Amino acid sequence: MQAADILLAATGISKHFGGLAALTDVSISVRRGEIFGLIGPNGAGKTTLFNVLTGLYAADAGELAFDGQTITGSKPHRVARQGIARTFQNIRLFGGMTALENVMVGRHVRTRTGVLGAVLRTRGAAAEERAITRRARELLDYCGLAARAGTLARDLPYGDQRRLEIARALATEPKLLALDEPAAGMNATETATLRKLLERILAGGVALLLIEHDMKLVMGLSHRVAVLDYGEKIAEGEPAAVQRDPKVIAAYLGGTVV
Amino acid sequence: MEIFAQQIVNGLVLGSIYALVALGYTMVYGILGLINFAHGDITMIGALVSLTVIQLLAAAGVPAPVILVLAGGSAVLVCAILGLSIERIAYRPLRRAPRLAPLITAIGVSILLQYSAALIWGKQYISLPEIIEPAQFTIFGAQLTSLQAAIFLLACTIMAGLLWFIKASRMGRAMRATEQNPDVAGLMGVNTNTVIAFTFVLGSAIGAIAGLMVVLYYGLGHYFMGFMLGLKAFTAAVLGGIGNVGGAVLGGLLLGIIESLAAGYIGDLTGGVLGSNYRDIFAFLVLVLVLVLRPSGLLGQPGGERA
Repeated sequence: MQAADILLAATGISKHFGGLAALTDVSISVRRGEIFGLIGPNGAGKTTLFNVLTGLYAADAGELAFDGQTITGSKPHRVARQGIARTFQNIRLFGGMTALENVMVGRHVRTRTGVLGAVLRTRGAAAEERAITRRARELLDYCGLAARAGTLARDLPYGDQRRLEIARALATEPKLLALDEPAAGMNATETATLRKLLERILAGGVALLLIEHDMKLVMGLSHRVAVLDYGEKIAEGEPAAVQRDPKVIAAYLGGTVV
Repeated sequence: MEIFAQQIVNGLVLGSIYALVALGYTMVYGILGLINFAHGDITMIGALVSLTVIQLLAAAGVPAPVILVLAGGSAVLVCAILGLSIERIAYRPLRRAPRLAPLITAIGVSILLQYSAALIWGKQYISLPEIIEPAQFTIFGAQLTSLQAAIFLLACTIMAGLLWFIKASRMGRAMRATEQNPDVAGLMGVNTNTVIAFTFVLGSAIGAIAGLMVVLYYGLGHYFMGFMLGLKAFTAAVLGGIGNVGGAVLGGLLLGIIESLAAGYIGDLTGGVLGSNYRDIFAFLVLVLVLVLRPSGLLGQPGGERA
């Protein structure tokens, strides 16, 4: 494997909360153009790893490199600019704003108008504003939410809220989209729609990092998976091999490794 | 009936000034959850700066419209810089501190501004030179001066402009996103520090205009004038639902009307025991009633996330 194929390399990440070791020496690498699944029992540290990757938490130890650049300790808006976007396990939309406005906020990463331009409504700012609106509508359409543009995010049905988070994340033009349990709470039809959407995003050249409890979905979609248990990585590899790994079976079934 | 119409007109004019000041409280509260008790004193600085500019230019014989524009402009400039500095120096270092810390700092900043003003302008009342002679006219049986009408219209224009700005501009969107979830806004590339600083600048600049209006309306300025004005505007913000920009406008206008009506009728109602100088009671009676009956205010969401 060429080093240039690696999009995200997290090396030796550790994170403690008081006496609790949430992550211990975890390393993962995500390649360009792949779906990388991150699985493990509840409380295994998956979301903590996401928070470290996106700059919400600072790791206690370890290195993060993204697209050839070190991003260890970068602030969230810098990480976003580098090209990592995410969704949240507990949906975190801007509830009092419309679906369209939520996606428009996502364009902040890629647009430049300063405070003065925004206040004075310069010609450049007005043109940029039109471009932002157009792009946001395209993304809503792409995620199947075109008809919901004017609805307040908090009034959307659950499945639409999940997809709106994805549309908003895509508005930042990520190279890597990190999804924290995107299918949680979805019914079979909604999950099937989601799966098609994720495949389309991948085909568009965005790598995906996926935390998911729906085993059928994550094993079916992922090129590779890593398994976390009690903050440590216990397995990594192709889905079929990982599923047979005795340590993984033990972690999920609660038994001991014989 | 004539008293009624007159007091409604007076109340709307006064209320529009309260509303402008209330906007500063409510915008900062919405975005930081902080009650910026120094805001009334920023308005006071705006008032005294414009008074000084008016005095200087009136003595030099500059025409009145030019004086007013320059007075408003200087007040806006001084207050914007003041708001920006206060946020940077006094509040930003405490952003992650327990909520009591910035609250006490705000009271400290308020006192600092009052006594700095007392040093600069002295402790006596400063009166406004006669630069304009407002025309009087009658509307629905109520007397109205051209000055009152101008204050009301300008205030309404500023409020409408602000509502539009927050609704439709990129910066307004960033302000709402930061208000609803600063962490996620950051992840979307919104520089939340810039947004917060901008909110202070905007609120202070609007407060400066309100300060100029107070000076023109009452013809007086004083280093302690920001205290009562700030408390009333804060009451207006709470009445409308603190954190809600439309609520600040509604609360300001309502409070102005309530206060004027009370001042107009209090003498009759109490058989002359209490005069109209007791009007201030009513603002705080409103505050107490709102806090007891509907703490989230008229337009606030009951049990909201910031409650």
